[in-house]
This record gives sequence, structure tokens and C-alpha cells, in this order.
Amino acid sequence: MALLNIFKRDSSKHTVLATGHVISESSRCVQCGVCSYNCPIGIDVRAHVWRDEAVKHSECLTCGECVARCPRGVLRFAQTDLFARSKE
Amino acid sequence: MRYVIIGAGVAGLSAVEAIRSVDTVGEIIMISDDPFGYYSRPGLAYYLTGELPDKALFPRTREHYQKLNFNFLKARVTRILRSDHAVLVDGRSKLSYDKLLIAVGARAMPLEVSGANLDGVVKLDHLADARHIMNLARRGKTAVVVGGGITALELTEGLLARGMKVHYLLRGDRYWSNVLDKHESHVVEDRLTEEGVILHHKAELKEITGKRGRVSQVTLQDGSIIKCDMVAYAVGISPCLELIQETHLAKDRGILVNEQLQTTDPDIYAAGDVAQVYDPLSGKSVLDSLWNPAREQGRVAGWNMAGRRAAYLKSAPFNVTRLAGLTTTIIGVVGRGKDDDMIGIARGDSETWRELPEAIIAQSGFDVNHMRLMVGEKTLVGAIVMGDQTLSWPLQKMIAGRADISSIRELIMQPDAPLADLIAQFWMTWRTEVAL
Repeated sequence: MALLNIFKRDSSKHTVLATGHVISESSRCVQCGVCSYNCPIGIDVRAHVWRDEAVKHSECLTCGECVARCPRGVLRFAQTDLFARSKE
Repeated sequence: MRYVIIGAGVAGLSAVEAIRSVDTVGEIIMISDDPFGYYSRPGLAYYLTGELPDKALFPRTREHYQKLNFNFLKARVTRILRSDHAVLVDGRSKLSYDKLLIAVGARAMPLEVSGANLDGVVKLDHLADARHIMNLARRGKTAVVVGGGITALELTEGLLARGMKVHYLLRGDRYWSNVLDKHESHVVEDRLTEEGVILHHKAELKEITGKRGRVSQVTLQDGSIIKCDMVAYAVGISPCLELIQETHLAKDRGILVNEQLQTTDPDIYAAGDVAQVYDPLSGKSVLDSLWNPAREQGRVAGWNMAGRRAAYLKSAPFNVTRLAGLTTTIIGVVGRGKDDDMIGIARGDSETWRELPEAIIAQSGFDVNHMRLMVGEKTLVGAIVMGDQTLSWPLQKMIAGRADISSIRELIMQPDAPLADLIAQFWMTWRTEVAL
């Protein structure tokens, strides 16, 4: 199934825990703040999205709270390119 | 150089950032009579449902603002004095400008029905409105919601979350009939019903009556009566045009601006919900009430005001929203005609969504995850994605980039076509071709 393959690089939470970070599609964001409010360690996720930057924050746990709670599907996981697996 | 920005919404803030990126020394003054300044207005929906405390709606700290080095004036601009190159503040003092941005937004159109001035008749424009609604909801038991579009649902769900019993009146036979198709409307309505909302179809409000100045019941055209403590309405919004009444700036339904967001006065710009922006592709001037275009317009206006020439090119409008708990992305042209529940455009709405689709509809997934494609001659002209959002980003890029889908068009049109797979496969090739 093409659909299953195409987004493989939007990796599962477990892979991401070790090798990834949260990225955003800032044009979907309305800066409501649900992400920042729910971040357990207080990262201002919303500010990253405003600047159209990935949440490459040294303290990010990639716990997925922000990804799951965003009401507009702005955030998703992606693998860090540095040690990315070879392309599917 | 002095830049004056009227309005503290996202268009205004975005303009401040853009001006600062070009001009590091010019004086910037933002004026707004919203006592709360800049906050996320779309976020009010999540404040109402209790997902956010109000302080979380403010994206910026004092340090952010200090860095941008601008002054915020909590005041009301009462007139624009073009010949003096100045604005009149609070009817008293003159404040001169070199460049002026009007970004005052739009406001809820009034509910034209007897009793609309009673205490307990509410709308959702500002944080003050949301707070007022929450105070009333604490004391009240039953609410009636009238209107359509996204805001009416936000009110419905907010009031439900506050423990109120909610009656939602729909004039026609289904929700948001000129953007959603029958199936999509029913998905939303079914979910609302499951949540406990009482839907009334073909129900038109005749009058609101009260006791001691407060709402006590509504009467519908068919004579039926609903006892309630609150009436929340969202029948459309209209750009705030009072400020330009005596200015002779060109206007239609909004302030008319060119691609540089410039009005007919070269030193006055307009952006966001108040602006009706010329779109060189269609040759028309269009009203949007969308947050991201407002941000983008503010940015382009700011650059031009500070001397960096830039053009705003309207891309396929899209919005992501939650309809009855279901994340929904609406892209490009998806419907047509008029919605009985609305008299203007809605917040989070774009007129383009309802324009001329000489397109054929392909759809798949007749359950909660749903995708509808509007197929033009060679391109996709619109799409609605409900539930699973995996394909909404590719579709947005394909529609905005006018991807030539001739190679899969026939396949897409087959009954029961595996639309998601076809789109995903096409996307993989297309994204490499256009180097996304």
C-alpha cells in the first residue's frame, strides 16, 4: 500500500524517542498555545512554530503531548536527518 | 520615520515584525482599543472548551515586545486625517504618521431579531466576549445557538463543555451547506447529537424574550418555544469600516488594496480581515477571514511600508479546523451557493471556497475519515479532508501548485477508486519533480 509506505519517515513514536524531533507545518497554526501549555517541561513549542522551526530543543522529551493535543494537526514527528535511515 | 498600526491582531503584529526586519530605527506605534492587546483569537474556542486557561492565549512575553522595540497604545483611533497625515486618538489628540496600517479586523454581524439587545445574547469576537460567555454559563442552564460556520460550532461545543444544554438552530436542512456536502454535514451533525446537542433543522428564530432584561426564552417561526438563559449567535462577520467613512479611500465590502496591500492612498495600507485584497490571478478582490493570510498580508504590508517592495499572492485558501471534534482541512474551491445560516462570510472562511467549481467530485471513506476531491480539467481545485490528516498537506501543496493530475485523473474518477493511494503515489512523484 502506497499510503503506508509514503509516510514511513514520519516515524513512530518509539523510533523518534531516540532519533527524532517534532516538526511543524506553520501555515496550519493559529498560535492558540495548546502545545506550549501542555508541554511537560515548558518548552514554548508555539514560538518554534511561529518561526517555522523544528522543535530542536535540548530538553525536548519527544513525549508527543504537543503532537497529540494540537487541535489543527500542525505538529508531527520526523527523524533527525543526521543519522536518518537509508531512504525507503 | 513613524509607522502607525491600528489593530493588535495577527496582521498588526506581523507588520511590526516585518517593519523591524527592514527598518531598525523607525518609530512604530501600535494602537488598539482591545484591552488585552495581541492574543490568539482562534484560540478563544479552546479557552471556551476549557482546554486552555486565558493566560495561555498570549504568545508573546514582555521581552519579545521589547526586542521588537515598538510602543503599544491602548486607545481608540476615532478618525484618519489624511490631509494632516495623522490619526485622531480618542477623539482628542492627533498622532502623525508617515506610513499607516489599518488592521482593525472584522466583527460579528448583529442578530437582527427582536430581543437581540437583552442581557444573555452573546457573540464571540474578543477575549472579553469569551469571558462574558463563561460567566453567564456558570449561572445558566440552557443555551440556544444560531448561525453557521466554524464559530457557531465553537460556541456550541464551548457551551456544552461548560455544562450547558445546547439547542442549535439551523435554518436549512443541514450544517454549513455551501462548503460541506451532505455526507460531511451529517458526519458533523451526528457527532454533535452524540455529544448531546439538540439540533433543530429548518428552525428560524422569530424573537427572543426576557425577564428583567435577561434572556428567558426564544420563539421560533413555527411558534415553538425554547426556554433558555443564553442566545449565542454567529451569523457572519463584516469588516470594521467605520474608520474610513470620511477618508474617501476606495472600499467595497472591505478596504480595497492592491498586491502591495496599499489602499488608494499610497501612505495607507490595510491587511487582515478588514482588507479586500486584489488577486492578480483571478482579477478579483476577495475577502478572506483566515488567520494565516492575515499574518502574511501583515508581513507584506510591513515590508512595503518600510520600503522593501513585496507582493502578496493569494494562494489556494485553506483552513484547518475542528468540526465536532473532527480535525477538518478545507482547501481551495469546495462548494457553491449560499448558506441559509449566514448573512456574511464566517470567521475562518474564504469566499473562494464557494466559487465556480466546474469540477467533478471524487470522494472516499464514508466514515469518520473522509476525503473529498474537487477535480478540474487538469488539476485538483479543492479538497476536504476530515479525520486522518496525513494527506491534507500534500493536497494543499498540489492544489496551490496547480499540479497537473492528468495522469491519474481517469483513475480518480472511477467509482470506489482508492483515492488515498492514488493521491499518495502521485504526490511522491510530483514532490520530487517540483523539488518540495
